[in-house]
Amino acid sequence: MSCDLPGAITLHGLTLGYDRHPAVHHLDGVIPPGALLALVGPNGAGKSTLLKGIVGEIPCLEGRIARPGLDEAIAYLPQAAEIDRSFPLSVLDLVAMGLWRRLGPWRSARRHRATLLDALAAVGLAGFETRLIGTLSGGQFQRALFARLIVQEARVLLLDEPFTGVDGRTTADLLALVRAWHGQGRTIVAALHDLGQVRSHFPHTLLLARESVAWGPTERVLTPQNLARAQSLSEAWDEDAAVCGRHEAPGPSHGHGHDHDHDHDHSHDHGHDHGQGHDHGADRRPAHPRDHGHGVARDRGHAA
Amino acid sequence: MIDLLFGPFLEFGFMRRALVGCLALSLSAPPVGVFLMLRRMSLMSDAMSHAILPGAAVGFLVAGLSLPAMTLGGLVAGLAVALMAGLVTRSTVIKEDASLAAFYLISLAGGVLLVSLRGSQIDLLHILFGSVLALDDPALWLLGGIATVTLFGLAAIYRPLVMECVDPLFLRTVSRAGGPVHYAFLGLVVMNLVGGFQALGTLLAVGLMLLPAITARFWAADLSGMIPVSILIAMLSSVVGLSVSYQADLPTGPAIVLAAGGFYLVSMLIGRRGGLVRRLVRARHLEA
Repeated sequence: MSCDLPGAITLHGLTLGYDRHPAVHHLDGVIPPGALLALVGPNGAGKSTLLKGIVGEIPCLEGRIARPGLDEAIAYLPQAAEIDRSFPLSVLDLVAMGLWRRLGPWRSARRHRATLLDALAAVGLAGFETRLIGTLSGGQFQRALFARLIVQEARVLLLDEPFTGVDGRTTADLLALVRAWHGQGRTIVAALHDLGQVRSHFPHTLLLARESVAWGPTERVLTPQNLARAQSLSEAWDEDAAVCGRHEAPGPSHGHGHDHDHDHDHSHDHGHDHGQGHDHGADRRPAHPRDHGHGVARDRGHAA
Repeated sequence: MIDLLFGPFLEFGFMRRALVGCLALSLSAPPVGVFLMLRRMSLMSDAMSHAILPGAAVGFLVAGLSLPAMTLGGLVAGLAVALMAGLVTRSTVIKEDASLAAFYLISLAGGVLLVSLRGSQIDLLHILFGSVLALDDPALWLLGGIATVTLFGLAAIYRPLVMECVDPLFLRTVSRAGGPVHYAFLGLVVMNLVGGFQALGTLLAVGLMLLPAITARFWAADLSGMIPVSILIAMLSSVVGLSVSYQADLPTGPAIVLAAGGFYLVSMLIGRRGGLVRRLVRARHLEA
């Protein structure tokens, strides 16, 4: 779409999920370049799924993600559990993986040794370069992964629960790195659980519970009402959920009146019952003015 | 002792040919085995080795005991099973090990059926247990070619292969090389199994691939150590196995694999990294 901002990540009626069940449901919004956005929500709210969707790891069930000019520039830090730490690889080699885009499969990493050592020093792992990754503690390993992110020099960084199981000192060090990246104008999206951390470091927050509960400046998103609503919305993966009757709108300009013919069952109480759309439609609008470039109005057709 | 070990090779041409063939195999199969072990695919390679049988059998039916025909058939069957197992894994709920097991069993039964339709018991034994003492020139060329292609191939895909083993998700986010690298690696596995099948037979083809690789884990910490150590162990096993089989008049293929097995058992006991003795008699811990 021509209105997609270069360098921004735009979500158009995005539905992501597994086995037809949505884990992220009809999400609209823009992550502008240079944003420092926290992704908050209960377990199973779709935070990891959204990050995987943006990085292209899982296909969209419906809608699309526009990321013009960013296909090569996204770095993704998954939850550490997905990495085989028993593989006999040195810390330096792990960090050197971040050079892939510059070196490809064959060029030597020797000339970049200084870059690698600098990155290790920046995360407080100087002197660890020959250690095997299996011998690192959880916090040290997370530091090594951050060193790899430094080396990647990506314009967009997606961090999936980067501070889970990491002690306070390490978290503070790594948060300082995140702040520095933000200062350099990079886009950062981080899934987090610690609301205190979010309030003190992240200017913007998306509160997710499969659908967007609120998206905007952190202090206006993390209200007790919003958090309670997120909790109640996120439950239940209904095996027999009805087929979603909400149609995908071709664009925000077509927002009104094109899908009144949906035939979903209002008595069926599955997790994303559209009956709520009529009752709370107004609540679901983003809790901030449009000029931030975030969230386009949700629930087109229903709220109308 | 030296004479006992090397005498047969000096004396007989067929022993020298067997040695050359085994050394070529020792150069290519163990590095592949190291990656198989680290990817936890050790047993899958065993399944793959059985999957080669029907291809070889078809070659045998068409052209008799002809090396090119049986090799080509084996390659085709092995690659087909690897590809189909991968395809089923990607498109259904079946996990890779289960789908591979299904295909190799079908393949193995088909192969045995085909061989017994036409061949005699001796032919079947020949295919199952190999014929390292009857390696002719084309067979040696084949083993040498496989070793060359394997070493160059591994060198070419080394970096993405390591990344695919450690952090496949990361590789997917930075490049599309993951899929092709995986299949290229499976191709190398199949090639080495076909090579091993010439020398050691389908049942033992994985012997020189996996045993030295697993043994190397007891001696070296990382890949740059494990690969050379595994090659060295495979070569020693070949020499020892061939000599012992000659001196004691034992079947050659099993003797070589048993020699490798002996190295494994010894390493398990006294290996520097995690060997049993090291674990029982611990040195005092350090201060930091």
